[in-house]
Amino acid sequence: MKLNGARILCESLLQEGVDTIFGYPGGVVIPLYDVFPEYPGLRHILVRHEQAAGHAAEGYARATGKVGVCLATSGPGATNLVTAIADARMDSVPIVAITGQVPTTGIGRDFFQEIDITGITLPITKHNYLVWNVTDLPRVIKEAFHIASTGRPGPVLIDIPKDVFVAEAPFRYPETIDLPGYKPTMVGNARQIRQAISVIKEAKRPMILAGHGVVVSQAYDELKQFAEKTQVPVMVTLHGIGGFPCSHPLYFGMVGMHGHAHTNLAIHEADLLIAAGMRFDDRVTGRLATFAPHARIVHIDIDPAEISKNVKCTVPIVGDLKNVLAAMNQEMPECEHREWIDKIEGWRADRHEPPGALDDSTGIPASMPIKEIYRRTREPAVIVSDVGQHQMWAAQAFAYDEPGTFISSGGLGTMGFCTPAAMGAKVGRPEATVWAIVGDGGFQMTIQELATLIESNIAIKIAIINNGYLGMVRQWQDLFYDKNYVATQLYQPDFVKIAEGYGIPARHVTKQRDVGPAIDWALATSGPTLINFEVQREENVFPMIPAGLGVADMVEGSQPKTLQLT
Amino acid sequence: MIEYTARQITPHTLVVLMQDHPGVLNRVSSLLRQRGFNIESLTVSTTDTPGISRMTLVVDGATTNVEQVGKQLYKLIEVTKVTEVTHEPHVTREMALVKVATNGSKRSEVLQIFEVYKADVVDIATESVTGEITGTREQIDSLITVMRPFGIKEVVRTGIIAMVRG
Repeated sequence: MKLNGARILCESLLQEGVDTIFGYPGGVVIPLYDVFPEYPGLRHILVRHEQAAGHAAEGYARATGKVGVCLATSGPGATNLVTAIADARMDSVPIVAITGQVPTTGIGRDFFQEIDITGITLPITKHNYLVWNVTDLPRVIKEAFHIASTGRPGPVLIDIPKDVFVAEAPFRYPETIDLPGYKPTMVGNARQIRQAISVIKEAKRPMILAGHGVVVSQAYDELKQFAEKTQVPVMVTLHGIGGFPCSHPLYFGMVGMHGHAHTNLAIHEADLLIAAGMRFDDRVTGRLATFAPHARIVHIDIDPAEISKNVKCTVPIVGDLKNVLAAMNQEMPECEHREWIDKIEGWRADRHEPPGALDDSTGIPASMPIKEIYRRTREPAVIVSDVGQHQMWAAQAFAYDEPGTFISSGGLGTMGFCTPAAMGAKVGRPEATVWAIVGDGGFQMTIQELATLIESNIAIKIAIINNGYLGMVRQWQDLFYDKNYVATQLYQPDFVKIAEGYGIPARHVTKQRDVGPAIDWALATSGPTLINFEVQREENVFPMIPAGLGVADMVEGSQPKTLQLT
Repeated sequence: MIEYTARQITPHTLVVLMQDHPGVLNRVSSLLRQRGFNIESLTVSTTDTPGISRMTLVVDGATTNVEQVGKQLYKLIEVTKVTEVTHEPHVTREMALVKVATNGSKRSEVLQIFEVYKADVVDIATESVTGEITGTREQIDSLITVMRPFGIKEVVRTGIIAMVRG
């Protein structure tokens, strides 16, 4: 039976298990939108800016583990996806971005809304396609989903010219894939695993650095079993949050630029780092020359290019983390590191204090609404943050045991990520309470998505941590540029009025005693809600290891103190 | 006249096999640029296997992480195999056209030097002689160095191709 390209695309998406597409129409994709009503199994959610379609696909993918799908028209529609595609690349998120293109006869001739999107996205996609022939479409889609979701996940773009949507061909979805140049290694090398085990047995001060790989690989049980067997303390990167239960006695929190002091000190003293699914990003290592000076490194990652890219490792193991840890658990003997663990506990200053008495004279400390959200929201919950100071506070205060509950833009650090990503997460996991914790700066970058929330009834709970500043930049200007606040002060609009203008119930909170009740109100209200928490204006995130420096330069408060390090 | 000084590099030679799809060379060059790899030369063409292209890359090992070059190339979906041949016994060849300035009296000297290097003379004009030479990178560098005092008007090189011996 002959179908046109538009229907072939829809049939193929159904074959791949797609149930949701975030998109925005335009000239060259009208033939595709025209057939959507014939496919009720594909829910199309209309956003208000293509960037939001991309971030929503990311949020959906990160919350469900499935491939997120976004759709835009040619030209400016496609270029509006670029930021989200780059974000997915940096954070290894599986999305397939479909863009319309001018007819094949017009390509390369500067037609209306023509842009070389495959050229533009070359450096930021795992792979991309320009489909010249409708007969290639099913194979391309099958390959795209395979590439996006396997190995180290990432974004794949498919550019489809208008005449390909219209042209007809017999439809047969391929059963096999032929990609001779793409064969990710899933199982770790047995010899490397044995070597790693012997190195781990010898270690006196070992640490597990768990990253995004734990979440992507869903290696939660394997990691827990491994940590308990070896009695090695577990610390996480920003994207490893949610990979290990917070209440576990072996869990010590986040490392890196804004990680807890005790975790960075532990890295400095460690004699072994077991890097599980993390890539030694500069926000984790700080100055490479002084990073983990006494430690051998066992590096487990599915991407061979990450091994010894930034930090030289002693034992490399390429493979899927779940498989590698399972294999190690079989051979690993039980170990004991009581002294080392006690030492790290001794450094700890971050115990979750019970909330003190409310003090309405000082305004709301910025981290207070965040901590209250964690306290009052029952699992299943998904916490999505934007980028900036609030993101760091949300990461530091994270308190859940359930896996995969924290979604944040890390590698690219895209402001405006939060609202649409939370949208995508909620659509993917409707049973979970989804909080969008966002700064007033980032919120305004994708504020137009309030329309999508109310129109498609996506019940996320928005908490604006509103300090009237581009907070993280202001902090750097405060600490390193003599408080020279250039271009960081932000006009504070009436967010409640704006939300209500979109038909979304909202509250404005200025006093500490109203924080808890507002959160309870949001949780009890069905549909999307917004709370504008006006917080103390010039708070800083501590601890902080300034960029390009090491743990000895850690700043723990407004008075930098020199640490005694071995 | 061209001021020509041979750059001192630590050459590492990589042979890359890739699927012969439209745009694959662009993917490779975009990757090299994006990652900041210093490429000394790059040549590519079809092979005897249908659908497979072969690329020979020379990278400066002193300023570039050669291991990363290979690993990043492997991440390209269409790249099927990357082999570093630097430390294995291998054959390399490169071709160059070298146009040397000659006035009447110098011409015979220039022609003799071309003969020593087994270079074919492909053009003679009143002010210049052009020779075609095939050899290793070092042999071509050597010819150019020897010709420099006469004045080099133009040089075009292909970059090396390489094949493991045996």
